[in-house]
Amino acid sequence: MDFDLNEEQRLLKDSIDGLLTDSYDFESRKKYMMEKGGWSKTVWLKLAEQGLLGLPFAEADGGFGGGGVETMIVMEALGKALVLEPYLATVVIGGGFLRHAGTDAQKAAHVPGIIDGSKTLAFAQLEKNSRYDLFDVATTAKKKGDGWVIDGEKFVVLNGENADTLIVTARTKGERRDKAGIGVFLVPANAKGVTKKSYPTQDGLHAADITLTGVEIGPDAVLGNPEDSLALIERVVDEARVALCAEAVGLMDESLKTTVEYIKTRKQFGVAIGSFQSLQHRASDMFVAAEQARSMSMFATMAGDFENAKERSNAIAAAKVQIGKSLKFVGQQAIQLHGGIGMTMEAKIGHYFKRLTMIENSFGDTDYHQRRVADGGGLI
Amino acid sequence: MDLAFTKEEQAFREEVRQFFRDNVPPDTRRKMVEGRHLSKDEMVTWWRILNKKGWGVSHWPKQYGGTGWTSVQHYIFNEELQSYPAPQPLAFGVSMVGPVIYTFGNEEQKKQYLPRIANVDDWWCQGFSEPGSGSDLASLKTKAERKGDKWIINGQKTWTTLAQHADMIFCLCRTDPGAKKQMGISFIVFSMKSKGVTVRPIQTIDGGVEVNEVFFDDVEVPVENLIGEENKGWDYAKFLLGNERTGIARVGVSKERLRRIRDLAGKVESGGKPIIQDAAFREKLAACEIELKALELTQLRVVADEGKHGKGKPNPASSVLKIKGSEIQQTTTELLMEVIGPFAAPYDVHGDDGSNEAMDWTAQIAPSYFNNRKVSIYGGSNEIQRNIIAKAVLGL
Ligand SMILES: Cc1cc2nc3c(=O)[nH]c(=O)nc-3n(C[C@H](O)[C@H](O)[C@H](O)COP(=O)(O)OP(=O)(O)OC[C@H]3O[C@@H](n4cnc5c(N)ncnc54)[C@H](O)[C@@H]3O)c2cc1C
Ligand SMILES: Cc1cc2nc3c(=O)[nH]c(=O)nc-3n(C[C@H](O)[C@H](O)[C@H](O)COP(=O)(O)OP(=O)(O)OC[C@H]3O[C@@H](n4cnc5c(N)ncnc54)[C@H](O)[C@@H]3O)c2cc1C
Repeated sequence: MDFDLNEEQRLLKDSIDGLLTDSYDFESRKKYMMEKGGWSKTVWLKLAEQGLLGLPFAEADGGFGGGGVETMIVMEALGKALVLEPYLATVVIGGGFLRHAGTDAQKAAHVPGIIDGSKTLAFAQLEKNSRYDLFDVATTAKKKGDGWVIDGEKFVVLNGENADTLIVTARTKGERRDKAGIGVFLVPANAKGVTKKSYPTQDGLHAADITLTGVEIGPDAVLGNPEDSLALIERVVDEARVALCAEAVGLMDESLKTTVEYIKTRKQFGVAIGSFQSLQHRASDMFVAAEQARSMSMFATMAGDFENAKERSNAIAAAKVQIGKSLKFVGQQAIQLHGGIGMTMEAKIGHYFKRLTMIENSFGDTDYHQRRVADGGGLI
Repeated sequence: MDLAFTKEEQAFREEVRQFFRDNVPPDTRRKMVEGRHLSKDEMVTWWRILNKKGWGVSHWPKQYGGTGWTSVQHYIFNEELQSYPAPQPLAFGVSMVGPVIYTFGNEEQKKQYLPRIANVDDWWCQGFSEPGSGSDLASLKTKAERKGDKWIINGQKTWTTLAQHADMIFCLCRTDPGAKKQMGISFIVFSMKSKGVTVRPIQTIDGGVEVNEVFFDDVEVPVENLIGEENKGWDYAKFLLGNERTGIARVGVSKERLRRIRDLAGKVESGGKPIIQDAAFREKLAACEIELKALELTQLRVVADEGKHGKGKPNPASSVLKIKGSEIQQTTTELLMEVIGPFAAPYDVHGDDGSNEAMDWTAQIAPSYFNNRKVSIYGGSNEIQRNIIAKAVLGL
């Protein structure tokens, strides 16, 4: 048992922390937000230069063979700096599908572009009524000749506006809520029949609602088994949840740090408000919540490698519950302790709060995952 | 980073578990499961079994009878002991006064006290708190005055846990009334059988008697019973309180209780079906299990840190363990209350005479809920822990 980072991991952490300290202060972030798609191509290429976009890919595919811990390090750092760039969508999720199910040809077609920063991906999964159930898929993929025709609507697709390739879940068989009959498809974003409505999300990222109307794709667009890919989707989404847990830990660390600094300097009644015990205790409880979250983020990171899918999912669901509870407390209290200034767009704390809040509602909220753990027979 | 236990550690866990299965008296275990109080005899019998095995003072240095285990082994041992469950070694002797004596005591004192602590030949109690000095312990007033080769002790201690069983007490006494609060305190040990010591029981809200008031009326104590230096007692007290870092989370205790809750919830009916099938209950149970998992990991982080960097000064993370650990213990007793429902009410009507087997398990649930309110009060209350985090971690 060992919770320390090894030498290489420490170097990785130093390198990404260094890069973000240099290029991602709060003012720069505001400028990046105004760029096309809502993030900075320049920063993205810097991440590529440092090898971060190739981190989880096998060396044979041109990557660095990093595992869960490496992704955790990066996501924590991205959270701390409130980064807008589509690392989750492209490297964690898009990369995840390619790593777990891509054929050699598919990897050759997509991975180099991810690694060098020239191509980004987006995961088109959520539907109007699916909420958090990954098996709830109404979008259809019908066989046509060798290939497929896709029809359906997908919502809140992160990085949907900029992505070169969409990874689309679609039903090849059965009814809307059947667990069998779901496939995963690589769809070029500029394919005929793809229309996008883009918008900024509450946390300053960008997403798109995407309609697929008679979109024709070839046989080489199928990832994994077109009739039975729910396990694949669950696996990759579990990895996304783990990554979100780490991002939230970074966000909470920075929120707590910012808040503590603020209450040390803000004066009312002739003294720093940090001298009031009620605020001290609140800050202590924020610390406790953040530490509990960090523990579960580590647990989830380890669980990502569990062979047994049920144990893996259960552990990651538990982590998402803890993270959800902690982030709500830390986020809300960070605003509270800032007083009126916490309510403004000008102060950075509110932006951390908003990103944290959106994480709670990504890929299953606290109640959803708590129910999964409860119905799965608990955790002890 | 690697959260898996090694093969050797897993084998160690199995060895420990097997030893408990073979050696913990079944009735002792049953009473623990049911949340009953154990008699002095039952506790001492078990501790001597443990000591005979060489595990009575496992975390002491080897030369005083310790095991030389790694931090992880200690963690595993404690977790298995708590979750079996079997009584933990008497903290007042083994975790509190023992380490003070082998760290600050002289050779004579080590020889005299340590083996007797290990074998519970002496039952020790802790004389720190006073009626006017709880959280603000350094304000304590019990006086020790030097007269020739004796200390003359006068004053009152309170909340003294199981003093009714005790042979010895370690006591914080004011030896320099002129000095500033923390400076004039000494750490003195003496026999509870000394003339002038009176013990008066205090009944707690669960109906039990586990704490006492202890009065000192011109108690004469030999000068050599001072541990360490005169007026340095506060340092030893801080050392003592900071020593117990990871045990306070009591993860094993809560694990055992959660298993019991799940078991009972599968048997007790609500709305014509086992209460475990009630979604709202099940989710509350899951919520508690998740908090406990997080705490277990937090504790392991502290353990791993100790293993790597040694047990330097008290780690403020132990405040996190205390706060969360006590909250979770309390939640488990609330969940038990929920399972038992209307049968929480009978006041231990059947006693422990086995006359009503079907309802035996219900008897201690409400008392245990009442009793567990203590865990956020003693050992540095949770508010005091928050003060520590604010100051030591956040710099407020
Ligand atoms: C949306 C909005 C609308 C508003 N509208 C108006 C308006 O129309 N007119 C107007 O005059 N004002 C208005 N206000 C200002 C509002 O009254 C102040 O924000 C409020 O009084 C708090 O002051 P502050 O923001 O300076 O926070 P601070 O006083 O700096 O407080 C920061 C934090 O410290 C805590 N704190 C401060 N003192 C203590 C203490 N002694 N003990 C414990 N904790 C303490 C606070 O509770 C808070 O959590 C508005 C504010 C907002 C957010
Ligand atoms: C069952 C039980 C067993 C015990 N066993 C022993 C024993 O064997 N030996 C022994 O010496 N003592 C023992 N104690 C005593 C225990 O250590 C004290 O109860 C504890 O230190 C709290 O002191 P108090 O009860 O005087 O409460 P107080 O200190 O009066 O506290 C009352 C309330 O005020 C809060 N408070 C106090 N100071 C602050 C502050 N600065 N900031 C914010 N809040 C504050 C506390 O958190 C608490 O909620 C035991 C207590 C119990 C309940």
